[in-house]
Amino acid sequence: MIIEGKQKIWADYQKDIPNDHYFYVRSCIRQAFWPGSEVTFLDITRNKLGKDFYENPYHTTCGGIAYHSDTIPQETAMTIIARQFALMHESGYENYVCSCITSFGCYTETLETWHEYPELEAIIRQYLWDSCKKEFAKPKYLAHASDLIYKFRFDIAKQMKFPLVNVKTGKPLKVVEHIGCHYSKMFPSKGFGGAEYPHVLVGMIEAWGGEVVDYPERRHCCGFGFRQYFVQANRGYSESNTHKKFESMEPYEPDLIITNCPGCPYFLDRWQYVIAEQTGKTYGKNGYGIPALTYEEVAGLVMGYDPWDLGLQMHQVAIEPLLEKMGIPYDPKKKYQGLNGKDLGQPMCPSCIKSV
Amino acid sequence: MKENILIIGGGAAGMEAATQLHKMGLNPIIVEKSEALGGHIAQWDRLFPAFHPAKDVVEQMLDNVKDIKTYLNTEVTDIQRNNDGFHAVLSNNETIDAKAVILATGFDVFKAERKQEYGYGIYNNVITSVELEEFFRTGKDERINHPKKIGFVHCVGARDVKVCNTYCSKVCCTTALKQACEIKEVFPDAEVYTFYMDLRMFGLGYEDLYLKSQKDFDVKCVRGRVCEVSEDMDGKIVIKAEDTLFGKPLKMTLDLLVLMCSMEKNKSIDAIQQKLGIANNSDGFMQNKDMYLGMNDTAQEGVFVAGACTAPKSLPDTIGEARSVAVEVYNYLNK
Repeated sequence: MIIEGKQKIWADYQKDIPNDHYFYVRSCIRQAFWPGSEVTFLDITRNKLGKDFYENPYHTTCGGIAYHSDTIPQETAMTIIARQFALMHESGYENYVCSCITSFGCYTETLETWHEYPELEAIIRQYLWDSCKKEFAKPKYLAHASDLIYKFRFDIAKQMKFPLVNVKTGKPLKVVEHIGCHYSKMFPSKGFGGAEYPHVLVGMIEAWGGEVVDYPERRHCCGFGFRQYFVQANRGYSESNTHKKFESMEPYEPDLIITNCPGCPYFLDRWQYVIAEQTGKTYGKNGYGIPALTYEEVAGLVMGYDPWDLGLQMHQVAIEPLLEKMGIPYDPKKKYQGLNGKDLGQPMCPSCIKSV
Repeated sequence: MKENILIIGGGAAGMEAATQLHKMGLNPIIVEKSEALGGHIAQWDRLFPAFHPAKDVVEQMLDNVKDIKTYLNTEVTDIQRNNDGFHAVLSNNETIDAKAVILATGFDVFKAERKQEYGYGIYNNVITSVELEEFFRTGKDERINHPKKIGFVHCVGARDVKVCNTYCSKVCCTTALKQACEIKEVFPDAEVYTFYMDLRMFGLGYEDLYLKSQKDFDVKCVRGRVCEVSEDMDGKIVIKAEDTLFGKPLKMTLDLLVLMCSMEKNKSIDAIQQKLGIANNSDGFMQNKDMYLGMNDTAQEGVFVAGACTAPKSLPDTIGEARSVAVEVYNYLNK
């Protein structure tokens, strides 16, 4: 590996993004999968870094899942997006940041399409007016939320309490980064580091003390290809993709996987259980899996958030071995407690992969 | 007094054009930006299809131009048309007045790092066809350490919309099979694969080379493009491709991957080309006047082109064009 080659690419694919004042839109599925991630993003940016991130309660899904599943035409998806932009405009913001990678791809594709075909933008303006009586302004800047954490990674590092270091050995944790397909594969110039060697998560790992693992199937799909998973008969493809990645990363003995897409951590997490059930094989040490976390969860961990406030109990793969490696204190009794200590009940735990 | 003909470029086209013009009694002057004549061919070990030493050809060409005035390490920095032809200023501050100008500026090799998915400049054991030729010539390259499994990727930077080069680079197919045979000569135990879209073996003896590579050297030709390259824990190269004859994706671990880099227009001449009023064609090379009967002519009177500055060309094609440009210039001066 010639690191200078990657560094040159990283230098070529940089974005000059605004420092503050963003209109934030959530993902339609992340809140169900990883309920602590978006709230942690907002808490870090607003309260730890003192930035202005506004959320409008009337915003909706971007329509990306329906668009990529061919259940709505592109014009419909664009009109949904135009409505989101109208909300941003009405709220007095010009910088738009989305939580979801698929959304980021859809927004980017829409803006690029309007740039190339302004007559289509005019049609969408009319559709939006006809359907909602709204007018939109295009954002001056479009970012993915991981771009912001990347931008603020050194500010986060200044507040870091638990770096990505094994407290027992003093060595950096070995971290696999997995980039959502729609982050930069369609438009390489829109992502930090481009499409082949993205830097957006690598930069976080390095800033927070970890060691990046580059393995042969690094670029491979996580398994959440829409057609692989939404079509029930194709779900074997989904699992086989995930399986391929784990087989490829296994020799590197990673401690952690960090992702920036709604679906990737879900499939990289849940399929580990299914693979263990089917084959008896686990990819972490001592019968555990490899934790697959969102970048907000990792940012929260290094900054000292309570693991259960981050929602890490929502992961199939047990998080406790990672917490112990990083020296993060946690109360096992609180793992399944809701607000005000309410007992939410412990889920059934499989025997094929260790849960605690 | 003999009439000066300014030849910009001292590669195969420039040297051969100069040789012929000299024989015709004219006074060609070669201006070469690098430190030696010979161009790309001087960096080559052997030539397809018959494995002829490139050195023999280059030495003969150099001998042919030994009496011709040549500037090395020199570039044309300015050129103006005047009543008597052209007035050129060189980077050494000398000037040349010439009746005609021949652009024989050749090509640039496609920068392999632009195809980021192939990992050149990232993974140690990914090299270019030019670097492999250098290894054949000198025997030195630390990356080539008794490889057991070797792959060649055709069309790197050619026939590729993604890098805006939709043209065929013409010589890479034959070069790949020549190099595949040669590396088998050096490492007889190695398995050698080439990954191609089409094998364009268009010239005399080229198809024979294709058959020879398979029959005598056991080179395996796979029809399919490599889509992704990565590195495993041992530093070996892992490629993904599609075998389009079998209709199946494939994954292979290699010790060495060779990228057959295409030709691109030599951009270092752009400023002078612009001053001379010569446009580019749709492939980004210099535009000649007519692809059939005016291939050495340009839209500008007294300005001629030869060799790979107008399109990718093999050495025989280049030499043929160099000879024809000499005739065109001679006729132009005597009309």
